[in-house]
Amino acid sequence: MTLTETQVPNGPAAAAILSAAIGCFALGLTTVAADKSKAVNKLMLFYPPSGALTGETTIAIVVWLVAWLILARLWRNSTRALGPINIASFVLLLCGLLLTFPPFVDAL
Amino acid sequence: MQLTTRELLTALHGMLFGGFFLMAIFGLVVELVRSRHTSTHIELTPRGRTIESWFLILMAAFGWLAVFTGTYVIYPWYRAKPPANTADLTAYPRYLLLSHPNTAAWHNLGMEWKEHIAFFATIAVTMLAFVLIRQRAALRQYPQLRNAVLGFALLALASCGVAAGFGAMVNKAAPVTGGNTITLIRSGQ
Repeated sequence: MTLTETQVPNGPAAAAILSAAIGCFALGLTTVAADKSKAVNKLMLFYPPSGALTGETTIAIVVWLVAWLILARLWRNSTRALGPINIASFVLLLCGLLLTFPPFVDAL
Repeated sequence: MQLTTRELLTALHGMLFGGFFLMAIFGLVVELVRSRHTSTHIELTPRGRTIESWFLILMAAFGWLAVFTGTYVIYPWYRAKPPANTADLTAYPRYLLLSHPNTAAWHNLGMEWKEHIAFFATIAVTMLAFVLIRQRAALRQYPQLRNAVLGFALLALASCGVAAGFGAMVNKAAPVTGGNTITLIRSGQ
């Protein structure tokens, strides 16, 4: 960054990154919940021919978009410390990945 | 040369939407890596920005088309339950795979993972499109932002690769079939 360049807020980008990770983690949670509980599985049948997958993914998408909306409003004109946000995002992503990996889910 | 409506839609889902999505993410990763190793910042012309924005929007759109056609169109055909005492399971891919221990993992691991992980790639790419279109100035200023973007792009590429790879292999082991027959070319005898 040069001295003449003005500081640009990174809040909107940070909000987009963290909310995407939250959405992926939510997908992991809904996947495990539907796999482990018959009652939850039944609740996730938004479109029965596709099974619980439709509920799991719809809920995750809603969580992602709501988180994005909230964070984007909160961090609209601000500059955030990106280090902790990046770490939190990648931890959430990896946890989400693990929670959708069938051998791991079966072992829970 | 014939195929059925279900085969056609499965091909559109996997080869057009999914295939373009995978190739586009690969292109994005190459561009992000390349941009980390340039000595000076390269400013796009307004026309170049427009083209880049459309590429990113189309990439995300193809991702959503792939996951939604997969979830709401192809998957019900794949997991359709056969009537009792059905001996020929060819029209019921999920049950065909689960009927033999040598093919069951294509469903239990391949399909079960693919149907979820594809959404990771799509969510990540939508976020990347937003950041790359609307946050260009912030990307230039914050190296940690560029790191996060590249990390998500690599994860999207890996996720999409897993989904596409398992999708192709599952459809090879137990293809989705049925529907009306479409004749594309009829050879003269």
